[in-house]
Amino acid sequence: MTLSAPPVCDASGFFGDFGGRYVPEILVPALQELEDAWAEARRDADFAARYEQLLRDVVGRPTPLYEARRLSERAGRRILLKREDLAHTGAHKINNTLGQVLLAVRMGKERVIAETGAGQHGVATATAAAYFGLPCVVYMGALDVRRQHLNVVRMRMLGAEVVPVEAGSATLKDAINEALRDWVTNVDTTHYVIGSVVGPHPYPDMVAALQSVIGDEARAQVLEALGALPDAVIACVGGGSNAIGLFRGFYDDPGVRLVGVEAAGEGLSGRHGASIARGTPGVLHGARSLVLQDDQGLITHAHSISAGLDYPGVGPEHAWLAATGRARYVSVTDREALDGFAALCRSEGVVPALESAHAVAHALRGEDGDVVVVGLSGRGDKDVAVVAEAADAAIVA
Amino acid sequence: MSSLLEHLRDRSRGGRRLLVPYVVAGLPEPEAYSQVLAALAEHADALEVGLPYSDPLMDGPVIASAAQRALRAGVGPLHALDLTAGAVSGPRIAMTYYNPVHRAGEDAFCERCARAGFAGLIVPDLPLEASAPLRAAAARRDLAWIPLVAPTTPHARVAALAGSATGFVYAVSTLGVTGRRESLSERAGAVVAACREVTDLPVLVGIGVSTPEQAYEAATFADGVVVGTAVVEKVLEEGAAAARDLLARMREALDRL
Repeated sequence: MTLSAPPVCDASGFFGDFGGRYVPEILVPALQELEDAWAEARRDADFAARYEQLLRDVVGRPTPLYEARRLSERAGRRILLKREDLAHTGAHKINNTLGQVLLAVRMGKERVIAETGAGQHGVATATAAAYFGLPCVVYMGALDVRRQHLNVVRMRMLGAEVVPVEAGSATLKDAINEALRDWVTNVDTTHYVIGSVVGPHPYPDMVAALQSVIGDEARAQVLEALGALPDAVIACVGGGSNAIGLFRGFYDDPGVRLVGVEAAGEGLSGRHGASIARGTPGVLHGARSLVLQDDQGLITHAHSISAGLDYPGVGPEHAWLAATGRARYVSVTDREALDGFAALCRSEGVVPALESAHAVAHALRGEDGDVVVVGLSGRGDKDVAVVAEAADAAIVA
Repeated sequence: MSSLLEHLRDRSRGGRRLLVPYVVAGLPEPEAYSQVLAALAEHADALEVGLPYSDPLMDGPVIASAAQRALRAGVGPLHALDLTAGAVSGPRIAMTYYNPVHRAGEDAFCERCARAGFAGLIVPDLPLEASAPLRAAAARRDLAWIPLVAPTTPHARVAALAGSATGFVYAVSTLGVTGRRESLSERAGAVVAACREVTDLPVLVGIGVSTPEQAYEAATFADGVVVGTAVVEKVLEEGAAAARDLLARMREALDRL
């Protein structure tokens, strides 16, 4: 049901003014091949059945919708958590990688590559590659290799080769550049498993479709639990795949507010990752969207304490949702995210990823109604060292 | 006909092969850049100038780090255009990623190119389907359009790409980013042949053409070559004179044909 829904973008991959396919000529035929293969697969009942089986048996879906009672008391409103942290490998990323690698096998590709920021997408791709028996190379910014070391070890254990990228800001943006360079070189044999709703058409809509299981489940679960829809759904936004996955379940419910939470880093006047709040239209990684750039069109460095939100762009579907007003976007600083992290640990016994902690922190502000669903996109094991090192980290004192 | 095409036709009279060196703007540092341009121009039929960009995804390590070096010296993509204006003999072609063009506005960008004396434009990450407005803006200012044709380009698409060219057709020799290769790719010949079937514009081979031998081999079936990484390496490691000498040897090799 999720896969066979029609694309949200137009035939050229545009969501309003955002999206498209801005890539070197070498990749144009490969993206056309991928678009055709995906269009065929999503309508194929066998493919859908195989994908659903993977979601059930490998990922462990459905993930629970969990009523956070003590956190709700603290916030003075009802907070429900969509527990993607309980998915296999510890984040929502696996929903997408299993679908893409299944498609890659169907297309006869012999090798997969991926970029990763926090390492969750890299782990999820390495897992899917191991499951299907394909070799896997993961590009990761050298800064992220240091701050997310646990995931680097996990990827290597799963048989993936992890390539540190020293160029530029040595974070997610540069890892995507390097993965694209690999793809330009090995496009005949290789599928590039992009980890978010970014990149050239058909990636943004394809990844969104593969993640929309989050929102479909959450909507059914909240109706069953409460007999009503929530006032808002709230999710963190880096590239924005877990947020789009959650939001898509509620597009046709105008009474449900969609709230994306960007990384304000050190504050919006300092270094941050808030491409919707502070970005301007630009072309990055194959799509037109909102990006952080200077007046000559050079991409500027993003910053977030969370490696998964440390990205100077955002998926084109989010740029479109912001432009139309269907979703609203707010931001949360590193400091506030650490407070949200601590609150969830102590109130519920749940250690969230720092990315997801941004969404929790915003939910605690209580701006979006009495009943909210928060996308808990991943678990925080990978972040314990970063949190422990964070200045003034009272939580581990 | 664009001025660039007219110039290239003139230079290729009698079967003479074309040599187009590439350099990143602002190398080795902004103060010494004009000497580099002058040295390269001695053996160039046209000069391709790379505008430094933060995320050059078609470039291998040599050109990508050269662009980083130029950016650190304060040479952004628009500044690079102005820095290249002035006295260099022969036409110049700007190679830029699309975002700086988008940021400036397509018309404003072309205006600035033309004012800086450029005669052509290469935008490697702007596919044919999205390039019509920029091609129109370029044509209004006599900036020749130079599309890339790749080994993966299907036959029907080659005709459309070549049909968009108003300067020359850039035949990408191999799959991959800019940089040295041990030998010229076996796929280069097929790319050039596919272009030949559908255009009578000059077809030049680029990417992985680094030695006089490789230039000679490519020019046995193409109208000329674009040489990037080898030139940038020479400029940075041995200086402008060494880069000029490399081009002189390439010119000799091409003239054996």
